[in-house]
Amino acid sequence: MEQGIWNLETLWFVLIAVLWIGFFFLEGFDFGVGILLPFIGKDDTDRRVMINTIGPTWDGNEVWLLTAGGATFAAFPEWYATMFSGFYLPLFLILFALIIRGVAFEYRSKDRKPEWRSMWDWAIYVGSLLPALLFGVAFGNLVRGLEIDAAGEYVGGFWALLNPYSLLMGIASLVLFTLHGAIFLALKSDGDVRVRAAAVSSPLAIASTAVVGAAMVWTYLQGDGDFVPALLPILAVVLLAVVIWLTKSDMFGWAFICTGVTIVAIVAAIFIGMYPNVMTSTINPDYSLTVFNASSTELTLRIMTIVALIFVPIVLVYQSWSYWVFRKRVGPRDVTTSTH
Amino acid sequence: MEDVLLARWQFGITTVYHWLFVPITLGITWMVAIMETAWVRTKKPEYLRMTKFWGKLMLINFAIGVVTGIVQEFQFGMNWSTYSRFVGDIFGAPLAIEALLAFFIESTFLGLWIFGWKKLSPKVHAFTIWMVAFGTMASAFFILLANSWMQYPTGYVLNAETGRAEMQNFGEILTSKVLWTHFPHTVAVGFATASAMILGIAAYHLAKKQHVIVMRKSAAFGGAVLLVATIGVALTGHWQGQVMVEVQPMKMAAAEALWDTEQPASFSLFAVGDKENSRNSVNVAVPRALSLLSCNNLDCEVQGINDLQAEAVAEFGEGDYIPNLFVTYWSFRIMVGLGFLMILIGGLAVWFHIRGTLIRYKWYLKLALWIGIPAAFIANAMGWIFTEMGRQPWIAVGLLKTEVSNSPTVPGAWIIMTLIGYTLVYAALALAAGFLFVKYSKAGPGDEETAEDVAESMVY
Repeated sequence: MEQGIWNLETLWFVLIAVLWIGFFFLEGFDFGVGILLPFIGKDDTDRRVMINTIGPTWDGNEVWLLTAGGATFAAFPEWYATMFSGFYLPLFLILFALIIRGVAFEYRSKDRKPEWRSMWDWAIYVGSLLPALLFGVAFGNLVRGLEIDAAGEYVGGFWALLNPYSLLMGIASLVLFTLHGAIFLALKSDGDVRVRAAAVSSPLAIASTAVVGAAMVWTYLQGDGDFVPALLPILAVVLLAVVIWLTKSDMFGWAFICTGVTIVAIVAAIFIGMYPNVMTSTINPDYSLTVFNASSTELTLRIMTIVALIFVPIVLVYQSWSYWVFRKRVGPRDVTTSTH
Repeated sequence: MEDVLLARWQFGITTVYHWLFVPITLGITWMVAIMETAWVRTKKPEYLRMTKFWGKLMLINFAIGVVTGIVQEFQFGMNWSTYSRFVGDIFGAPLAIEALLAFFIESTFLGLWIFGWKKLSPKVHAFTIWMVAFGTMASAFFILLANSWMQYPTGYVLNAETGRAEMQNFGEILTSKVLWTHFPHTVAVGFATASAMILGIAAYHLAKKQHVIVMRKSAAFGGAVLLVATIGVALTGHWQGQVMVEVQPMKMAAAEALWDTEQPASFSLFAVGDKENSRNSVNVAVPRALSLLSCNNLDCEVQGINDLQAEAVAEFGEGDYIPNLFVTYWSFRIMVGLGFLMILIGGLAVWFHIRGTLIRYKWYLKLALWIGIPAAFIANAMGWIFTEMGRQPWIAVGLLKTEVSNSPTVPGAWIIMTLIGYTLVYAALALAAGFLFVKYSKAGPGDEETAEDVAESMVY
């Protein structure tokens, strides 16, 4: 870290980490709701209740991802180019999932035919499950390091991405987001959905504690044991264990905060652990892309910083306002009177 | 097929598809905002019914525009990593700013609009759709900022050490004359497309003499916007042409299949090219018209393909610097021809409406529906194909060639897989969107009188 941390490159690394944290915190429960759709939504009314709990906000949550992608392109073009071309096929699957899922939310209730609605329910389920799994796999690979050659290109191919550690990370993110979504539904829905969401929360919390705990132990064993990132994963696993108790005690507000902090802690630990690398090379440490050798110029970073300083607070204000407007629970009454 | 060609097909297919939906969004959000504001101000129920009816079609369209936009943002890194490394210092910023400024506004406020009918006061609710409209326009601005730089790189310096183009003057990039002709042209196109759609669908109902109150108002609104917008498209297009002659003379020469420099230059109406002999075997042309279009006088010189090719060879070395002439020549003509046809359709709508005879002319109502709407989509696709194909062989004019810009580590088999994947899922979505479009268009507006009625039909 010859350059210290008080520079724009590091600031943008932190900002991109914050964007990913925001994305996983917010879209994490959206994915969870989508994954639980066929299991908790027994009939059409249930499923509409579930979808409408995230209806007004899912798209805004997804923009955190788009902004993370755009910010990576702007601030670290080398990182963007290597990561997006390297994760080519998984990224295609994620895009495929986000495409069908986004359209499904809007189109599902625009026709009454059961086959039409069931088709879009599948799209929501698959479109939520795939990214919840694949983002974990992708981040597992970032933590583990990739075959980056001297030109800064990923040369490991597709199958190398599906290594056991990264797959475990994928399952961990899948289970954790499902839990996050179940707790969200217990907070935001009413009627049968609320009862069922509460009921599945405890088993999901047990599963999350086990899988996330295993993934964190594996991360620790293969890493260089940096002290600070190790504290955060421990905090994450402890909080998940507390969630088991909170969900059993019907304290879903606290449970939601705990799963949220868990997500924040793990993503933060991943980014802190990587720094100053953004793509660690397993071929030769000198080939690694770092915040310094992958970054844009000082001028571009300065312009982007000014734009971010002005607009990020504004975005946070109106997005929070939107959550405030839609703070009430969604129940069967809110959807059954519909005429279409 | 070569990998780079596959990547180009993927970019072409996904972009043109995205560009079927986006122009509607660009115009219809403003038009729905005006309708809702009219309702808030007058409380006349027909304005609420208009808002809901056209708002539904807006949403059906919006959904596809949003999800296909994600592919566009990620595709630069996936298929064009060499390009991304080379221009990221300049090109990445507008994409990031687009997400931060435009996408957050569009998504958040559209959510508020769809679900907020009962939760927000009418004024605040109308405000949300104005914000969406503003967001769509901001989005267009920033993505065109990026595209304009590819057409006409400015405000940069080539860094020999890093081997990339780096930002030197952001102000110069922001004030690029290509941007400031591209952007108004695109905004005008958005209004023209949305209004052609509104006019066409209103004409369908008027021909059947149903929903007359709502549809007569919609047709008048659509027709008036169409006339103004298409005239705006023509004027901004003319202006673009003049900038093009200056900064991308090869694109203009290719649009005209103008092989030899002419003074004064004639405008070709119909030509059959003969690339091997660098000439046209057939050419029907209007004398002096190209000079007039290029520099507003009848005598100026317009450079031809042969001279420009020789200049490019002298500057950049051996190579073929001529775009695909068949595509550029015909896409340009189809775009311009359909544009003028749409001015006529808009003009007739206004004329018939003023005379109060719109509903009587069945032939016109059919024309507005069956010719007006397809004309808009075809013209849009042609315009985009023209501007991008006319840029070839460059990806960033004068700096980087398309043929060396793709991702070196992505094998052709992956591109084929994703190309097939995108094509299939896009085709399926087109079917679903088409089904809903026809269903809701035919159903016509409901008889809602209050915002509460609308609320129930908007939620997911």
